[in-house]
This record gives sequence, structure tokens and C-alpha cells, in this order.
Amino acid sequence: MLGSGLLQGLKVTAKNLVGSFHDPERLTTLEYPEQKAKLPENYRNFPFLVSENATDPMGTLRCVGCQICEKECPPQCIYIEKSKDKKPDATGKMQVYPVVFDIDTSVCMSCQICVEVCPFEAIKMDQVFEIATKDRFTALLLDRNQLAKPNSYYHEIHPTEAAEVDARLLAERKAAEEKAKAAATPKPAVAPTPSPTATAPKPPEAPAAGGTPAP
Amino acid sequence: MIGATSFSPLLLAAGAGADSFLERLPLVIRDTVAGVFPAPLQWLVGSTLSIVAIVAIFGGIFAGLTLVERKMLGRIQNRPGPNRTGPMGLLQPIADGIKALTKEDIVPRSADHLLHYLAPVALLAFSILTFAVIPFGRNLVPLELDAAVLYFFAAGAASELAIFMAGWASRNKFSLLAAMRALAQLISYELPLLLSFVPIIMLAGTLSMTGIIDAQAGWQLGFIPRWYIFTPWGFAAFVIFLIAALAESNRSPFDLPEAESELIAGHLTEYSGFKYALFFMAEYFGMIALSGMAITLFLGGWRAPLPFLEFIPSYAWFGAKLLVLLLFFIWIRGTFPRLRIDQLTRLAWKFLVPLALVNLGTAAFWSLTSGWSGALQLVRWALTIAMVIGPFVLLGRGLSGTHRPRTYRYA
Amino acid sequence: MTIPFLIIAFVTLVPAAVAMALRNLIHSSLLLIASWAGIAAFYFWAGAEFVAFAQVLVYVGAVSMIVLFAVLLTRHTRIDAGLAPDSIGRALAGLLAGGAVFGVLLGAVLSTPLRVGAKAAAQVPVKRLGLELMNHHTIALLAIGILLTVSLLGAVVLAATDSKGKGATP
Repeated sequence: MLGSGLLQGLKVTAKNLVGSFHDPERLTTLEYPEQKAKLPENYRNFPFLVSENATDPMGTLRCVGCQICEKECPPQCIYIEKSKDKKPDATGKMQVYPVVFDIDTSVCMSCQICVEVCPFEAIKMDQVFEIATKDRFTALLLDRNQLAKPNSYYHEIHPTEAAEVDARLLAERKAAEEKAKAAATPKPAVAPTPSPTATAPKPPEAPAAGGTPAP
Repeated sequence: MIGATSFSPLLLAAGAGADSFLERLPLVIRDTVAGVFPAPLQWLVGSTLSIVAIVAIFGGIFAGLTLVERKMLGRIQNRPGPNRTGPMGLLQPIADGIKALTKEDIVPRSADHLLHYLAPVALLAFSILTFAVIPFGRNLVPLELDAAVLYFFAAGAASELAIFMAGWASRNKFSLLAAMRALAQLISYELPLLLSFVPIIMLAGTLSMTGIIDAQAGWQLGFIPRWYIFTPWGFAAFVIFLIAALAESNRSPFDLPEAESELIAGHLTEYSGFKYALFFMAEYFGMIALSGMAITLFLGGWRAPLPFLEFIPSYAWFGAKLLVLLLFFIWIRGTFPRLRIDQLTRLAWKFLVPLALVNLGTAAFWSLTSGWSGALQLVRWALTIAMVIGPFVLLGRGLSGTHRPRTYRYA
Repeated sequence: MTIPFLIIAFVTLVPAAVAMALRNLIHSSLLLIASWAGIAAFYFWAGAEFVAFAQVLVYVGAVSMIVLFAVLLTRHTRIDAGLAPDSIGRALAGLLAGGAVFGVLLGAVLSTPLRVGAKAAAQVPVKRLGLELMNHHTIALLAIGILLTVSLLGAVVLAATDSKGKGATP
């Protein structure tokens, strides 16, 4: 009969209306600033610099200041100044490090090319999206202190990718150590290996192929 | 003359036994305030007080209703609705008001400036005018008119004129389309709206609101109120009235003049800031006034639904019924999709108008057989119900049988 | 007593006069509606409540819609270019028709015995008005009803032949 469909519709909405009060499960929305939805793993937005240790981010940056990313960056939003001296890096090798590492996020287009060209797994894509500021000149230009984030954070946002990277780094380090042993001339000053890599979860099928997995 | 009719100093104690203090309170307040002024000014002060009370109370209801509507629509769509401004979002109307007041008032350069300015003012004025004759409680009629029902619809009919003015003056194709739609809608739905309550005027024998409410006094079987909605023809008329009222107040399944998805905002496209808020306010006032009219015509006005509940003041009952109707309107808005313009007019002309005409006959039959009693009373009920259901089913079959795709003759 | 009447007369006549002089058709029709509202105010002032409301309901509410619809559907431009009649014949015909209507109305006004007195007319309740219409003036009422029905049917027939001739679905 005419109107039965209308009554059915009214029933459905009435159920929603009443149900949303006694059954919070029905509410499909999140209260955004307080609750945040877990972003999908492959979501990427603006690069950050990976450091091995959260307590000393500047000392344990993976970046060696090779400036490949700076040269490859299509909009040229990266600015790097190399250091004159050398510091031992995560693997204990003496390396140059970046004294200045700036990324202008008002120019960056999140293309991920810097990540793909980096041979040291030092720069990775972040998941930040709340970057609105009141000051559009300086606040959007991130320096290395703001860009450095520990490896554990990387594990948090891209777990699969981070595990692969860690496995690969470990394999490379072992190969380097074996080479060093084969040379049989132990060097006296070997920097202690930082711990986060050891505690990171290792997937059973750690791929041997180089390069970061495509997002 | 209007003032003299509105301020008949002590209208109270009109027979009925409900003379409690709460019942008389609004009148007492008005009379004491008016009593402060010298006698020649008293009618003026009394009328002004009534006007101020109406605008303040219904302005408040409007503010609350915007929040309630958004909350309820949210819940219907399984989301919490506005809950940021103040506790549970209760201050949202204030925030909305401040926003509307502080926004820039933009007028298109090629618009008709005078009409563009006049349209929201006229619309709001007409919709406030309709409040003048609604009995909000026992003895709480701002303006007691002999032809009050006619007055109400005369004032209401003029509001579509203001929508037309808005649509035409904006010099915008969407606004103009909306104006045309508004006109078509008014012409289509004025008829079922007026026809739907003709039976009530016929049976009550009066056009005065108080008279119609008085005709619904008393109880059937001791506890069922003699409201018109509790008769078969009255129920049918109520449904027709509600549908036509939704269309007249441009509410949701019939909000074609401001169909957001097709016409941006229809006649509101070129309005911003406080003028937009005035339109919004007028729309809600129209809805409230039509609900008040439905209450008066079908739901016994300010009368209590059960005999032992009569101790509660009459205006509280009016408010409760008003709230129920408004929530029902919101519920409908949250449920039904918008009609197309051809469906809209077809519904009016092929379904509602014939039904309302048949209903007139049903009511005449009901009125003629009022002397029947005993078993004949059952026959009377059965016949009337059949006279309501039969045409509904027959016409409904014709209406739902035309689910063909629309053909475009000139496209 | 005369001041309200003068105000009402002003509100009725000035929009009507301006409506004739304006070039913008929509403005003219809106002013015409204002003039109708003025007539309703006059009825109200004269104590004919029912007629006043009926005037508003029918003219301001419904007839105005028809007028505006007709204007919107027929005009292509907002501003009318020329006010001058196309030919002298049309102007003469217009003058003749207007003069004839004016003459009939004037004759009716002059031939009606107008009772002039300070006493205001008694308020007629709507119920008595209805009974009067249904008892004494039934024939006139029915005749008008039939006339309107016939014109309505005529309009329907005129509108319906179009689609039938083209063979399109309604």
C-alpha cells in the first residue's frame, strides 16, 4: 500500500535515533582532536630524519650529509650543510654529518623521491597532517632538530617497512663486521652499537633486495 | 481597533473551572505591568507586551530548535551532532547568531537592491503576523478574530511572495529557478492545505480559533478527548494538512525552492550574514506557526489529553504538543529524500486534492449521522473508515503505478 | 476617522499610479500587489473583516502568483525597452477599453445609494455572512461557482491538447 515505504523509512531513522543514545557502538564518528583515527600504513606526508636513539637524536642521525636528496628534490625544498669534522655513525664508521638540514614544508610536495634516493635509510616519510601555523615563513621551515625522529617512531607509523629496513641494516652491519674480522686487524676505537636495532621486531621473510618498498 | 480587540482587560474566568493561579499567571503579569501606566495607554502597553512575549518566546524556541534539529539529525545519521560549543553544544545557537551578525552582508552588484533588502524583512514580518491569532493557552489569544483561520492563511500566503522577491531580486539563475519553484509549490499546496481543514470549519461552525477549540472540548467514553484527530476523517485531514504544511513551509521532503544539491541554496544563494539568518528564522517561524495551527485545528489546542491532567496549565500543554509536532517534522526531514518538481505537483493535484474533497464528503456524512447510537455507532465508524481508506488505496494505486522514467519534451 | 482613510487611500492609489509609470514589469506587479493589500486594509478599516482576509488570501496570495508567473514566463528581459504602443490603433483600443471599464464602475458607484452617516456599520459575524450567502444569494453563488468551474475546465482542456497533439507522455 502507498505509504508503507515511508513508514519503514521512519522506523529505520527512529531506530538510529534511539539506538545511538543507548548503544555508543552505533556512532560511527570520532571526536577528532581528542580521538584520532589510526592512519593507514601507506599514508605519507612530509619527510623526517631517522635517528637511532631518542635520547640523543642529533648524535645518532643516520644522515651522513651526502646531499643526494638535496640534489634530487624536484621542488628543491631541502637545504643541507655538511660538517667539516667526522663522527662515528650508527655502524661505527667515521662519517660526515649534516650541520644544517632544513626542509621547507610550504614547498615540499611529499613526492618521496628523497626517501627513494637515500642510500643510508636516513630520511623517511612522516604521517603528520596538522602542520597549520600562524606564522607562514619560519614555522613552516623545519630544521634538523624538528625533523629528527627516533627509529621507534618510524616503527610506529610504518611497521612493515621499518622492520624490513632494520633487517637490511643489520645484515649490512654483519657483513661489514665479518669483513673487518677477515681483515683481522681489529681497530681499537669501535663505537658501541646502539640498541634500538637489536630490539626491533624482525620479520621472518626479511627481503634481501635493496630499496624501500613502494608505498 | 485591533488593539481594542486584543486587550479586553479580563478575558479570564471564561466559564471553565481551570482557574488556578498558574493558568492565570501570564494574564496577571500583563495586567499588573499595564496597570502601572495611565489608563489611556494601557491597551498599547498590553499589546506591546504580548508582541514582545511572542517574539521573545518564539525567538528562543527558534534558537533552541536549530540546535535540537542538528542534534537530532546527527543522531538519525549515527553521529553525535554539535557538541563543541559549551556543555553538550548548548551554546551553539549563540555562536551561530554571533557568526551571522558579524558576517559581511554581500549584495550582488546587478541585484535589485531595494527588493533584495526588503525580501527577508517582508518574509519575517509575514511569518510573525501568523502568530497573532494562535491560541497559546486558555485565554492566551493575542488577537481574537472572528475569521482567525482565514487571517492565518492570508498572512501565510503572502510569505511565498517574499520568497519570490528574494529569488528575483538576487539576479541569479538559481535564485530565479527557486522563485519559480516556490510559486509552483504555493499554488499546488495552498489548495490541499485549505481543503483539508474545511471539514473542521464545517463541523465546528466557526472560523474563530477559540470556537474551534471549544468544539473539541469534552471526552468520549470518559477519557478519550473529542479532538478531531480521533475521528477517521479528522485523521485523514490531519495527514493531508501535515503534508501540505511541510510543503508550505518549505520543509524537507518539499524543500525544492532551496534544494542545496541542485540549486546551491535556491533563493538564499545571494544572501549572507544576518539577512540569511532572517530567512532561516522566518522558515522556522513558519513551521512553528503551522504546527500551532495543526494543534488548534486537530489536536484540541491547549486542552489536556486526559481528564486528570487538566491541572497542568494550558500553555504547557500547547508547548508540549508543539514540541512533539516540531520533533516529528525534524524526524521527517531526517528520513525522506527530496521530491522532484513533477512528483511534487503530481502529489498535490492527483492525490491530496481529491482526497481532501472526498474527505469533505466523509465529514459531512459523519456530521449527518451524529444522532446514531448503539450498534449504529459502530456502523457509522466502519462506514467512515471505509470512506477514508478506500479512496486512499485507490488513488494511491494510481500514484505509485506511475514509476516511469521522466521524459523530457524540450530537452 | 478620516486620517486612517486617507492613509489607506494613499497606500492604495500611489502604488497603483507608480505601477503604471514604471518600466520594470516585476516592480509594477509587486506594486500592484501592494495596492491590493491597500484595498484589503480599506475593507478592514470599513469593518468587513472577512472580505479583507479573503482579499489578502485571494489577491495577495494567489492572483499575485499567477501575475508573477505570467510575467516570468513571457518576458525575456527584465527591463522593458519601449513603453510606447506599437500603433495608434492599439493605443486607441487601450484607451477605449479602459474608458469603458471606468464608465461602468463610475455608473455603478453613482447609481448606488450611499448611506452617509457618522455611525459605523455593525460588525457582521462570519457565520451570519455565510448563512446570508447560502440562503439569499444561493443562485448568484452557484452561478459564479459554475462560471469558475467552466473556466477552469477550459484551461485544463487548453493545456491538455498540447501534449495530446504531440503524442508525448504527460
